[in-house]
Amino acid sequence: MTKRKERIDRGIKVRSDGIYALNSYREILYLAFPRLLPVVGLLAVVPFFSLYWQEVIASTAIYALLAVSWELLYMTGLISLGQSLFYGVGAYIAGALNASWGFPIYLTVPIATVGGGLLCALMLLPVLRLRGIYFAMVTLVLPLMFSRLVEATRILGGTNGLTGIDSFPNHWISFCLIQIALLVAFFGFRRLEGSDYGLVIKGINDNDRAIMSSGINIYWYKTQVLFLAGAVGCFAGAYGAHHDMFAGMPGFALDYSILPIAAAAVGGMGSFAGPLLGAFILVPLSEILRALGALRIVFYGLFLVFAVVGLPEGLFHFIRRKYEQIERWVEVDK
Amino acid sequence: MRTDSLLTVSNVSKHFGGVVAVNGVTFKLKKGEVIGIIGPNGSGKTTLVNIITGFIRPDKGKIFFKGKDITGCPPYTITDMGIARTFQMIRPFYQLPAYKNLIPSLFSPRVRRLVGGKYGDRDAVAMDILEEVGFERDSSVPYKDARNLPHGYLKRLELGRCIALRPEVIILDELFSGMSIAEVTSTVPIIEKLRDEGIAIVMIEHRLLELFQITGHVLVLNFGRKIAEGTPEEVMNAPEVKEAYLGSEDVAKEEIGC
Ligand SMILES: Nc1ncnc2c1ncn2[C@@H]1O[C@H](COP(=O)(O)OP(=O)(O)O)[C@@H](O)[C@H]1O
Ligand SMILES: [Mg+2]
Repeated sequence: MTKRKERIDRGIKVRSDGIYALNSYREILYLAFPRLLPVVGLLAVVPFFSLYWQEVIASTAIYALLAVSWELLYMTGLISLGQSLFYGVGAYIAGALNASWGFPIYLTVPIATVGGGLLCALMLLPVLRLRGIYFAMVTLVLPLMFSRLVEATRILGGTNGLTGIDSFPNHWISFCLIQIALLVAFFGFRRLEGSDYGLVIKGINDNDRAIMSSGINIYWYKTQVLFLAGAVGCFAGAYGAHHDMFAGMPGFALDYSILPIAAAAVGGMGSFAGPLLGAFILVPLSEILRALGALRIVFYGLFLVFAVVGLPEGLFHFIRRKYEQIERWVEVDK
Repeated sequence: MRTDSLLTVSNVSKHFGGVVAVNGVTFKLKKGEVIGIIGPNGSGKTTLVNIITGFIRPDKGKIFFKGKDITGCPPYTITDMGIARTFQMIRPFYQLPAYKNLIPSLFSPRVRRLVGGKYGDRDAVAMDILEEVGFERDSSVPYKDARNLPHGYLKRLELGRCIALRPEVIILDELFSGMSIAEVTSTVPIIEKLRDEGIAIVMIEHRLLELFQITGHVLVLNFGRKIAEGTPEEVMNAPEVKEAYLGSEDVAKEEIGC
């Protein structure tokens, strides 16, 4: 006698994908619970945290924005090793508009978001034909180049950065802005993914030949995706600049590039919830580990290794499986 | 001169390293016409298709579609103009249900332009097209993921992808290979119907019996060169053709396959 794990989908009658026949409140709750969790969590629970932890969650949201932006690119087959490009560009645009030209916040943030998205898409346009690691290399190099450029030419405040940037009028506006932006980006991207547009961009990733043979210009679509991902990342940067009242070379630092990827690896790639979840584990964890002093990075690294080795599919996919399927051991005859 | 032909392939050549894959091939395709292209394996048929559809740029020669030079245009532009193709080496979207495989085509700028902006329900249109290419509508087959479908269905899915584009020219690269006899027999009328609707078709095929049933205009490639063109009888009796197939008799028997 041997045993085998049997998996059964929970009893939601699925007619075709996306169309559910809901029969009871239980089923509605079953579907709504995971979707409501981030909304309720961010907007109703976190406000009761201490000010310190609210700030941690705000900075987590910045990384989470960069992580969902990363995931959108990944879905399209564009591997980004340089999310900090988006953060830095967004921060500098908002910072310069505000500190140097006196634009108010309600203009700097939208301009940095849209203009920064366009700028990033334009910068990456020449390398859009490169695939895989070649594209990745360019994204890695661009933010490094930018920070050296700022250092060498002393534009945009040089190594000192731009200071004297307006902060948000009060803590609650700042807090709500970043949480709502994160929810909009997250649910917006999810919606996009489920649409025919999403089907096409995922198709570009795994079969660009067939997409081209459908008369679809894959480079135009990749440009659009770069704009969307760039805009979300630039928003994070613009927010960060006003939040910290500072925009400078640290905006192009590796942290903003590596953490989104680590978040996606821990949380699970292939869905937007994975990187989001990953960011909400990694950033607070790094705060908790501050108590360990110098050993912090060691424990942080160990956690990353264990998470990725232990759950290579990513935490989100693991939880999702547990939630959607009943598992039991059944005996099978030899 | 070019005006009466829909697609003109003019003196096209392409070499890969030392191999001359296509060597000075010329032919014309009129509206509503079917041209069969036959030839031993490695004679340059797929390369020719790749050149016409923009996946490969020819070393020499030009392609005209409706009088316009399309040589060197990218594949999506050529498809957008109205030339659809199937792939000999199929690569469907394996993790998508069969009917979802047609969505990119139905979502394309070409189709959106032709239907005037909005398609009500792309999924419904996809189901109609799948039925047209022989997917049983009331079964679970159209909803199955492509990775779980037999090869014959995937080949017909390729054809469906072409039909979805509402093209003026369809190029079929060995559509019948990998299909069962029954599938081939049921696919022939689909192609005949497309032909009768006025779609021009280039059909690369090893199954000569069915090919000759569909068209009376055949051209033969060997080592990248066009060695004969005409009716099936003319072509099969041409000394060059006999020699080409005799040169590799086993392959020839297998390829003629009837
Ligand atoms: N991408 C390529 N690189 C190098 N050689 C190729 C390539 N594609 C085709 N060939 C060669 O060109 C010749 C014609 O191939 P192909 O067009 O696939 O023939 P067919 O479709 O008639 O079987 C063959 O000798 C093949 O090896
Ligand atoms: Mg071939």
